[in-house]
Amino acid sequence: MLHIKCPHCGMRSQNEFSYGGDATVKRPELGKEISDQDWDNFVYNRKSLRGKHWELWQHLSGCRQWIKVQRDTSTHEIFKTLKANEDIS
Amino acid sequence: MTQSFRLESGGLINRDKKISFKFNGRNYFGYEGDTLASALIANGVHLVGRSFKYHRPRGFFGAGVDEPYAIVQLYRNGETDPNVKATEQELFEGLEAKSVNCWPSVNFDIGAINNFLRIFLPAGFYYKTFMWPKSFWFKIYEPFIRRAAGFGTASIKHDKERYEHKYEYCDLLITGSGPSGLASAYSAAKNGAKVILAEDKSRFGGTLLTSEVNIGNQSGKEWADSIISELKEMPNVTVKNRSQVFGYYDHNMLVMSERLSDHLPKTKKFHPKQRLWYIRAKEVLISSGSIERPIVFGNNDTPGVILSSAAKEYMKVYGVLVGKKPLVFTNNDSGYETAIEFKKNGIDPIILDTRKEPQSEIIEEAKNMNINIKNSYVVVAAQGYKKVKSADIAKISDDKEELGSVENIKCDCICVSGFWTPTIHLASQSGNKTKFKEEIDAFVPGVSKQNEKTLGAANGIYTLEETLKDSFEKGNQISKEITNNDIKVSFPNVVEKKSTAHDKFWCVPLPKGKNYKRFLDFQNDVAVSDIEIALKEGYRSIEHVKRYTTLGMATDQGKTSNLNGLQLVSKIENKVVPAVGHTTFRPPYSPVSIGAIVGREVGKHSKPTRKSPMHSWHEKNNAVFVDAGVWLRPRYYKRGDENLFEASKREAKNVRTNVGVCDVTTLGKIDIKGPDAAELLNRVYTNAWLKLPVGKARYGVMLREDGIVMDDGTTTRISENHYHMTTTTAQAANVLSHLEYYLQLVWPELNVNVVSTTEQWAGAAIAGPKSREVLKKLFPKSDVTNEGLPFMGYMEGDLFGVKAKIFRISFSGELAYEVNVESDYGYFMWEKIIEVGEEFGIQPYGTEALSTLRIEMGHVAGSELDGRTIPYDNSLEGLLSKKKDFIGKRSLSRKAFAAEDRQKIVGVVPLDKKTSIPEGSHLVKDSNAPLPNPKLGYISASCWSVEHDNPFSLAILKDGKNMIGEKLFVMSPLKNKVIPVEIVSSHYVDPKGERVRS
Ligand SMILES: [Zn+2]
Repeated sequence: MLHIKCPHCGMRSQNEFSYGGDATVKRPELGKEISDQDWDNFVYNRKSLRGKHWELWQHLSGCRQWIKVQRDTSTHEIFKTLKANEDIS
Repeated sequence: MTQSFRLESGGLINRDKKISFKFNGRNYFGYEGDTLASALIANGVHLVGRSFKYHRPRGFFGAGVDEPYAIVQLYRNGETDPNVKATEQELFEGLEAKSVNCWPSVNFDIGAINNFLRIFLPAGFYYKTFMWPKSFWFKIYEPFIRRAAGFGTASIKHDKERYEHKYEYCDLLITGSGPSGLASAYSAAKNGAKVILAEDKSRFGGTLLTSEVNIGNQSGKEWADSIISELKEMPNVTVKNRSQVFGYYDHNMLVMSERLSDHLPKTKKFHPKQRLWYIRAKEVLISSGSIERPIVFGNNDTPGVILSSAAKEYMKVYGVLVGKKPLVFTNNDSGYETAIEFKKNGIDPIILDTRKEPQSEIIEEAKNMNINIKNSYVVVAAQGYKKVKSADIAKISDDKEELGSVENIKCDCICVSGFWTPTIHLASQSGNKTKFKEEIDAFVPGVSKQNEKTLGAANGIYTLEETLKDSFEKGNQISKEITNNDIKVSFPNVVEKKSTAHDKFWCVPLPKGKNYKRFLDFQNDVAVSDIEIALKEGYRSIEHVKRYTTLGMATDQGKTSNLNGLQLVSKIENKVVPAVGHTTFRPPYSPVSIGAIVGREVGKHSKPTRKSPMHSWHEKNNAVFVDAGVWLRPRYYKRGDENLFEASKREAKNVRTNVGVCDVTTLGKIDIKGPDAAELLNRVYTNAWLKLPVGKARYGVMLREDGIVMDDGTTTRISENHYHMTTTTAQAANVLSHLEYYLQLVWPELNVNVVSTTEQWAGAAIAGPKSREVLKKLFPKSDVTNEGLPFMGYMEGDLFGVKAKIFRISFSGELAYEVNVESDYGYFMWEKIIEVGEEFGIQPYGTEALSTLRIEMGHVAGSELDGRTIPYDNSLEGLLSKKKDFIGKRSLSRKAFAAEDRQKIVGVVPLDKKTSIPEGSHLVKDSNAPLPNPKLGYISASCWSVEHDNPFSLAILKDGKNMIGEKLFVMSPLKNKVIPVEIVSSHYVDPKGERVRS
């Protein structure tokens, strides 16, 4: 079970969180024209990366905040966690 | 009965306390402190089972967790457990055990015929033999394998025992209480670190209990006892025996099973049988020691062939002799320690040492005791079927290739030592890349991946002094980092006998003309010849060889077999062992009971049960409940001997003709506040929300980004910046997360707060033509006329002094209201509704009637909004705003979603107006078409229409728009039904929706 540092609450066990997918995907702006290809990329197409990856988790049974977690998908090492409003650098 | 193999004195057992037990129906006795194995051996019982594949006789091979043979079916307090190791099971009064994998008895076993047919059971025999003909699989092969396979029978009764889970955090978790575990725990504890020390046996001390050493002028055992009693007194230390750390998971999470009651005749009242610990440790010190390796020779699985360290442990701990004419077969000095112990107890052993001229302190001592030592000698084969009777031995050439002339000597046991294999399972599970250590012919932990270090024998360090020095130091260093204390522990004076190098010999060649089975894996019956066949057939990767031959795949996970298997593969392949590599170690290290894994989450405890504030009223009024997610909801209220069908029909009919009341507390409720609340709703829902006036409710549908309907419900504008959203019972949690996602990550500029209020409000739906009359009585001061509170209107009211929210919304399609009060007043509200409604014939109705009402109205619910349908499919396309964008809108223009013949919701009526249509059935054009019959759609929900008094269903049908009036067939292969049906509109009752506005 992973040990995730919630930027709001501190170290908590994985079973308090739910997974939310790729944190680098940006939702297209509302009302803006978008090609089928770009929309498909937003909705469906994800790289199944091996290695460092920014992903979203929600601290569901804690503060209910969505957070950004940089995790190695093959080793589960967690390098960094950020609040929702902090930019991935 | 006398214990003919019990020594007169000695051992750590309590000879004052006799314990009687039963094995295979016969009565025996042992002493307190015995294991089932030691007690059986004391009684001269050496045959305990049959092997897995050939059903060869099986005795005892070890004295603990590494035991591959002595697996029994255990009976305790009316319950039974399979897969219990006799070497681990402590004796208790009244214990009963039986042999497994034998029929009709362990002495005469029919399956042993396999032993003589073994030429037909070579490597990969399952794959080869049970392949064809295919039709044989279910009737012949599978039952055969099922009967033959496995070690015991799982009970099919409900397990009455209690199992617990515990979460714990510590600075250091130390796995094993041998010398390295004790030393490291002691110095870490002195530094004030929070330490958990886990020992899988009942006695602490590990090898200190059996080795002839001296630490600080105490015997090994005395020193261990003094350290343990000091540790037990320290508030920062938890010391646990009978506790096996069996799994090392991510981020230094380890799992340990503690057997609290398995050694007792029955579990004490309110006590758990076992406890599973989830331990998050800052640092882990693996002090799991090592396991002795066997040497491979002919018939080396005969009962009486035993690890030499086990023979020593039976003498020193249990006061039991494994034999009275022992042969010790060794390639290192450990065998000598066992021989010396025999000699001390008045037994004359013979040592066969594969080495030519070894010299060391221990060997010197053996010589001085006049022990018969034969150098450059090997055991060629054990002789005897159910027990060793003699051994064929021979001199072996210096290059270990040639055997001299074979002679036979009498013996009743062969104690074998092929040197030591570090127990690296936990380190390997943690992700540690292990490395091969040439000097000991075994793998040891290499580079750590997590915060783990391995100490002592588990790390390939085999001298006590070095082990203690290293362990004291590591314990101090690691705890210092955590606590900033640096309290040095003085190092005790250590006396141990020096030993000399072992011989890398591990497998005795076959003598000319003999074809003895030489076993590598004792539990799965994998012999040298099986590996040879696998390699001949082209298997190369050790992972493939393992699966093909089942080497190391038994419940002991090859604790005694892995390395010899690797030696063999590397020898045939002419590779070095590290190039072959070992297979992956996976948790659990040793079998764990299913009960411990499940813990308290059984039956009603498997999930929380949510009840509405009106629950006790429903109970008092004969409600029959149904699980709705984690909620318990009344399905129907039973009157007399009504069944579900009759009751729900009565309740639904009463709603259509009079008035009914339904507990709708379970609906999800979300409070939404903030200046941008309307904007949020406008983006989340598919229809327009910016112009909803205060005091009005609106029905809305929300989509996922992929265009699939996520949920529906009504949202009401309570005041300027305050909305009350309702969701379906099932989606309540997901919708909240969905809103939080967009507010926190996508549109943080929106000034809105959302919070779940599901549990804050109790809800009652009052539905039916007479519902307004009920409302007038409930709220005499409010204007609830059609003008005062029109359809989709909202107002606050005073319900006999209780503040209430009144929504005029309808799921049943009738004139209807939903009244919410604070949860604490829910019961009061409900009673009042029943009380004032009596004169109008009010009846409570459950979820079954609720479904009937919504189905015949064509209102969609969870069975249509099932995560596969878009708004059009549910005839909700009228709610799609063309003027604004919303979540998921762009996806709706995808080709498949916009297809002309897209599926759509329709109504289905059987032609005979009698036959009920099973939910989940398929719609087809021709019921006689060849399979696979093209499927046009499926039945999503079925009911008995109370309005029309005939069956009615909703279906999602291809090109549903143009199918009204068509005749199709409903097919349910599951229920073996074919029903001719007509397709009608999904709005079977009140298609114009006049009633809700009346
Ligand atoms: Zn948090």
